[in-house]
Amino acid sequence: MDFATLLQLLDSTVRLATPLLLACLAGLFSERAGIFDIGLEGKILASAFFSAAVAYVSGSVWIGLLAGIGSSVALSGIHGLASITFRGNQLISGVAINFLASGLTVVISQTWFGQGGRTPALQGAARFENIHLPFADALMPVPVVGPLYEQIISGHSILVYVALLTVPFSWWLLFRTRFGLRLRAVGENPAAVDTAGISVVGMRFAAVGICGILCGIAGAYLSTGLSAQFVKEMSAGRGFIALAALIFAKWRPWHALYACLLFGFLDAVGNRFQNVELLGITIPVQFMQALPYILVVVILAGLVGRAIPPRAGGEPYVKER
Amino acid sequence: MGRMPNWADVILIPLVSVILALLVSGLVVLLIGENPLEAMTIMVRGALGSAYGLGYTLFYATNFIFTGLGVAVAIHARLFNIGGEGQAYVAGLGAAVACLFVPWPHWTIALVAVVILSGLFGAAWAAIPAWLQAKRGSHIVITTIMFNFIAASLMVYLLVNVFRVPGSMEPATAIFPSVTHLPNAGEFAGFLGFRTSTPLNVSFFIALLAAFAVWVLIWRTRLGYEIRAFGHSETAAVYAGINPTRIIMVTMLISGGLSGLMATNAVMGEAEQLRLDYVQGAGFVGIAVALMGRSHPIGVILAALLFGMLYQGGAELSFEMPAVSREMVVVIQALVILFTGALDNMVRMPMERIYLAFRRSRTASHQPAE
Repeated sequence: MDFATLLQLLDSTVRLATPLLLACLAGLFSERAGIFDIGLEGKILASAFFSAAVAYVSGSVWIGLLAGIGSSVALSGIHGLASITFRGNQLISGVAINFLASGLTVVISQTWFGQGGRTPALQGAARFENIHLPFADALMPVPVVGPLYEQIISGHSILVYVALLTVPFSWWLLFRTRFGLRLRAVGENPAAVDTAGISVVGMRFAAVGICGILCGIAGAYLSTGLSAQFVKEMSAGRGFIALAALIFAKWRPWHALYACLLFGFLDAVGNRFQNVELLGITIPVQFMQALPYILVVVILAGLVGRAIPPRAGGEPYVKER
Repeated sequence: MGRMPNWADVILIPLVSVILALLVSGLVVLLIGENPLEAMTIMVRGALGSAYGLGYTLFYATNFIFTGLGVAVAIHARLFNIGGEGQAYVAGLGAAVACLFVPWPHWTIALVAVVILSGLFGAAWAAIPAWLQAKRGSHIVITTIMFNFIAASLMVYLLVNVFRVPGSMEPATAIFPSVTHLPNAGEFAGFLGFRTSTPLNVSFFIALLAAFAVWVLIWRTRLGYEIRAFGHSETAAVYAGINPTRIIMVTMLISGGLSGLMATNAVMGEAEQLRLDYVQGAGFVGIAVALMGRSHPIGVILAALLFGMLYQGGAELSFEMPAVSREMVVVIQALVILFTGALDNMVRMPMERIYLAFRRSRTASHQPAE
């Protein structure tokens, strides 16, 4: 493998890790507050569709992004209603949201565009253009550093940088602010938070709302940044991989970044090398495609050591009377 | 605080939930710009109005009984198996191997072999997630979903590279030998108006049998008792000497096996070859069916019939109303899961209040005021 191939690989690693990272941080907020969210996948899918559809109709990717975030937050609201207000089963609610998104996106896109569950291809201002960071061209002649900067750091859409900046921001919000302390406490011991006079329901809805916003950005990036249209089922399990990355990262923002980069890298390898020869045996393309999913299972099997979820995760909070 | 009687819990609440789900679905149809009542009429007529439609409805229902029972058994142990899709898909391989490579003398013997092999293959695909849950605590929801994706890749590989008929472009196995043909409703119930082209076949009775077997297992055997005890409280079950690893493994194997039996109906009974993506979401429908049927075999059968109607009716609907895409069924399925599963309390709490108020007013009128 030469340097140019490596650069390409790392470049697409960053691109493919971005939606995972946003979804992973989305799950982080939700699960830290004690709400399990299997429905990340559905929210990504819904946002991918609505951002692409609205961007196509309005011609502005920013309006599309808002629509995507709106749809994702609406699904979050359903999840909150089911799992916080009515204390239902959070897994079942998440599964329902995934199916809801999977069905509605195709039904609505068929009605609006009649292209069998796609949106028309997006052009110009209807999609996120790649940004060239300053000095990218100037640094290009510098060996190693120049191409690294030009290809991997520079030249992505703005949402990639948003995702990367969300990592330190999440860390700061969760571990350095009063809001973050309360949010984490709600996920560990809601009764204690309640005793302190803070609304458990309010904190959890706030967390679920943040989760919706981040999933919305992830979905918008899929359809308007990474590719230029919505295609049926385009989330392709990313919501679930993000959940696995979250467990791998043991519910910590910086580790989430590393975990998502790893999964992004695997995805990039699977895309780049369709037929790999290893020790004279040709590894089939289907294996390479299944590799991220297999790795999720391997990681969950505990090659990472013990991952302890937030203690009140998945449990509805019932106020004592 | 009083409680509602059992019949309200088993019948009334699921019924109200399903009606709510259908109302919201109707709203979606309305927003698309079609008439929901007309859509409903087309669906019901398409599903039940002819022997042709009924054959498909019952054929789909057979699939959903198998996958629904699979999910239901797991729910009794509080395991949420969403891998029915992958388990049924891999089980198709078992059915294909049984039909293709053994020269059976008669279809009855072949059927027994296919039931066993597809069950085993389905169970095998559930075994790894089950073991990981039992031994390593890996979340079974995520691992079973991953196994759905892995199954899809594996089956594409096998169908394209191993089982494809040489010279054929289609990623599917060869057509099974004619001796393995299962009698379909046109052959054993032609007097009811079924044609010989109907997909409904004897597997329907196997599904009913499986439902009965699940009832016996859960409520009439020691293992079933242990499964339910484990589902209610793991700590109590361990205290009572129940081995959690064994229960998780056995329950998941049964669950995967039941989903796998779907191959009997769809692969051996209908297609008579294993095709790419033959499950077509039936594994996921099983989740809705099990939740709606309250994990009881009779409930599962009734819910499976409803979803069979939705699937067949939905196919007719997308034919007659092109604006309504076939995925509308997935939306309805999602809403049924949402209302019967996740929003259960939303329906239950007001109904409990109404029931208690009703009872209070009745007892008050019966007892004369002092």
